[in-house]
Amino acid sequence: MGKNIIGKVNSFQSFGTLDGPGVRFVVFMQGCPLRCACCHNPETWDLNGGKEISADEVLKKILQYKEYFSSGGGVTLSGGEPLMQALFAAELFKLCKKEGINTCLDTSGCILNSDVKDVLEYTDYCLLDIKYTDDEKYRNYVGCTLSSPLTFLDYLNKRNIPTRLRQVIIKGLNDDGENIKNIAEIAKTHSCVKEIEFLPFKKLCIEKYKKLNLDFRLANYPETSNEDIEKLNKLLKKFGVEW
Amino acid sequence: MHKNHQNFIGGKWESEIDVRDFIQKNYKEYTGGADFLSGSTKRTDALMEKLNELFSKERENGGVLDIDTETVSSLTSYKAGYIDKDNELIVGMQTDYPLKRGVNPFGGIRMARQACLAYGYKLSDKIEDEFKYKTTHNDGVFSAYTDEMRAARHSHIITGLPDAYGRGRIIGDYRRVALYGIDRLIAEKENDKKTLAQKNFDAETIRLSEELFKQIKFLGYMKDMAKMYGYDISEPAKNAHEAIQWTYFAYLAAIKEQNGAAMSLGRVSTFFDIYIERDIKNGILTEETAQELIDDFVMKLRIARHLRTPEYNELFGGDPMWITESVGGMGEDGRTLVTKSSFRILNTLYTLGSSPEPNLTVLWSKNLPEGFKKFCAKVSCDTDSIQYENDDVMRPIYGDDYAIACCVSAMKIGKQMQFFGARCNLPKLLLLALNGGFDTASKIHIGPQKEVMQDEVLEYEKVSKRFLEYADWLANLYVNTMNVIHYMHDKYAYEKSQMALHDTDVHRFMAFGVAGLSVIADSLSAIKYASVKPIFDENGYITDFETEGEFPKFGNDDDRVDLIAKEITHTMIEKLRKTPTYRNAEHTLSVLTITSNVMYGKHTQSTPDGRKSGAPFAPGANPMHNREENGALASLNSVAKLSYDDCRDGISNTFSITPNTLGRNEDERIHNLVSVLDGYFAKKAHHINVNVLNRETLIKAYNDPSAYPNLTIRVSGYAVNFHKLSKEQQREVISRTFHEEM
Repeated sequence: MGKNIIGKVNSFQSFGTLDGPGVRFVVFMQGCPLRCACCHNPETWDLNGGKEISADEVLKKILQYKEYFSSGGGVTLSGGEPLMQALFAAELFKLCKKEGINTCLDTSGCILNSDVKDVLEYTDYCLLDIKYTDDEKYRNYVGCTLSSPLTFLDYLNKRNIPTRLRQVIIKGLNDDGENIKNIAEIAKTHSCVKEIEFLPFKKLCIEKYKKLNLDFRLANYPETSNEDIEKLNKLLKKFGVEW
Repeated sequence: MHKNHQNFIGGKWESEIDVRDFIQKNYKEYTGGADFLSGSTKRTDALMEKLNELFSKERENGGVLDIDTETVSSLTSYKAGYIDKDNELIVGMQTDYPLKRGVNPFGGIRMARQACLAYGYKLSDKIEDEFKYKTTHNDGVFSAYTDEMRAARHSHIITGLPDAYGRGRIIGDYRRVALYGIDRLIAEKENDKKTLAQKNFDAETIRLSEELFKQIKFLGYMKDMAKMYGYDISEPAKNAHEAIQWTYFAYLAAIKEQNGAAMSLGRVSTFFDIYIERDIKNGILTEETAQELIDDFVMKLRIARHLRTPEYNELFGGDPMWITESVGGMGEDGRTLVTKSSFRILNTLYTLGSSPEPNLTVLWSKNLPEGFKKFCAKVSCDTDSIQYENDDVMRPIYGDDYAIACCVSAMKIGKQMQFFGARCNLPKLLLLALNGGFDTASKIHIGPQKEVMQDEVLEYEKVSKRFLEYADWLANLYVNTMNVIHYMHDKYAYEKSQMALHDTDVHRFMAFGVAGLSVIADSLSAIKYASVKPIFDENGYITDFETEGEFPKFGNDDDRVDLIAKEITHTMIEKLRKTPTYRNAEHTLSVLTITSNVMYGKHTQSTPDGRKSGAPFAPGANPMHNREENGALASLNSVAKLSYDDCRDGISNTFSITPNTLGRNEDERIHNLVSVLDGYFAKKAHHINVNVLNRETLIKAYNDPSAYPNLTIRVSGYAVNFHKLSKEQQREVISRTFHEEM
């Protein structure tokens, strides 16, 4: 048995196909140090929320789905920011690896310390948010510096962990050519990056904010369409990024 | 070796009737992808265009194009009919004109009469007169039913019984006609009849002797019927064209003779493939002309129709025939039974467009070739027209030449048959037990008469005990009712053509069923884990419940409730087994509702799980709509816990997912669907219908049916044209859980 480390979990999703390669069991961890303006899971911010559950118990749940992972699927640790509970994350991933289960980390890349490095020891794939490529916007709309995720990415690159960069596209904030050019540049200089994924900004979460009595800062920004995303994907190709 | 069998590898199949042996010795497995497939030809397109026009006319006409009210349907009672005589490759029609329906009063004259009336026709005096002097299956059943059987039927605690029409669910081994020719089949049956002479002539033997007489007579009629279309089917088929044509004639004979609810086809594509491969090698066929033959055959299947009453449609919505064709699977020797023709038959969903019939059923194994798995997943994403069943669970029981009848009923082809038995209503049984034998919906007393349960808050142990007592009573009544039905069906509406294409010594199943499994599991879970207060009406009967607190719900991969569901099916089959069956049939159980879940719900009052009076049940073994909280796989895992050993007649699950939830692009969707199927079946689940579509599409089709004439959707073990469902059934389908990304 493992060390029976307790984690704070918000919820589980037994069938994730968008959070990493193949079919994934997604564990949404509770707690996040950032306050991204575009966050669609504000209920996961508060580390005091969620349910306590041991890594062993979570593994037991995951194992009920092992049969579905046969071709490249596995478990994804998302949140919240899973690296806020790095000891738990490392333990869970370690247990998963023992069972031959592929592990994927969905992170903002804002924390990198020795505990986090332990997690990455057992990480097969990383979904890394690069929310903006402009430091000022990062400080204003995320709550940390641009250098945080970039340093994280350097480390992923060093460890050669296959990575998908993700960016929520918000019209008027980061749908400009300059941003696309920058992110293309970041991808080209990090061989661990296997894919850039632009996600359309949606406002479905607005109700959640109301319920939690929180201000949704991007309420006045328009939603992004799939066509907008297609356009940016084409632009990305122009900048020489293609998989 | 017969001259028509040249170039085939001989064996046991030559000296005795053994289609499996022929297949095993001669088929060529195909492990590649779909790129070899060819599209439709101009001839096919033109013919299909004609059919599409007829389908439109049928739709505009209220669902029935025409009825021949003067003729009783049988093998040779109509003159030959065609869609376009000069351009058809495979010929033969149920009546003398495509989509014109025949009347089949052998199951019951009243049903035939009412069906005609429902569409503005009148059954001719000629037929009415003829049947004045004939006992139908329906007459027989109702002369033997007890008062209690009638009451059970009336209260809808057992419903959908095949006591007024053909029972169906029997698969003739139609391939035998192609492989052996009619003369050889007659000779074998005559021989079987001769052997009977050595036995004592007790009731069983006399009945069999008469049945063999009828089988032989109808094999002769099959020959006559083929002759009307210019073919002599006395001898084995000599090429692929004839093999398909002979097989189709045999199937046609069955649907001319019988109006069974499910008239399934069996497992013909790999059998055809042997002939197609030989013809391609001999330069007689190309890929294009091979596809054309399959296309033409499938077109014929798509125009098969039976005449039904509106009450029947309420149970089995969408005018289905369940022409189920089982595709793929693995052989006992480890080779796959997938051939190029497995691809070709699925390809008809592209060459001819998507369609509910034939009911294409993929026998899934973890060992199926990757290329085939991917093609199936693609077809599901594109057409929502196929279903999947677990070959790895069924093969060890039925061998590798079984097929599916109807939706989920497995049987060895030509060696096993079943007595179809509809289903009993479990939530209603629970309410009946609580009310001590009074059905508050139909207002009749039935079953053991006891005190109404008076507890202020229902206690799980007490309720379970009471429920089991009523389950004992119902199981016994259910078996006896089925015995009456099938005794009379054998006596007055015996399936002569289909049984002629079985071994004389046949194994019989008696297939019972349950409806509302998730409702009763959640209800018992509510009683066990939450607080359920019964609400009494002015007469002291429980008509509603007040449920407070959280309780685990089926569909969330939670053993606390999933094992209740599993235990119920186990209990039911155990109890059913206590009462002997007609002809010593083997008791089996299904969790399958077709579309009757709507009607069952309508006749059932409020239940402790919070479902309101009259609200539909979930179909088959599905969790109740929108009670799944942990995503799609958790829902699948709950259903996978039901044991196939308890439910040998099948466990149906319908799964709807939006394209965006399944994956970001076609490749991912295909890849992920294959993973879902591999995982679900590795958990020993039995069946799944897959729909990949958006709820909005259904709502649009609900509001404007004419804009979506070909929208096909899997409902419960079969597929339907969405527009053919009643509005009530459509609403239920729309309200089902669609697994969606958030």
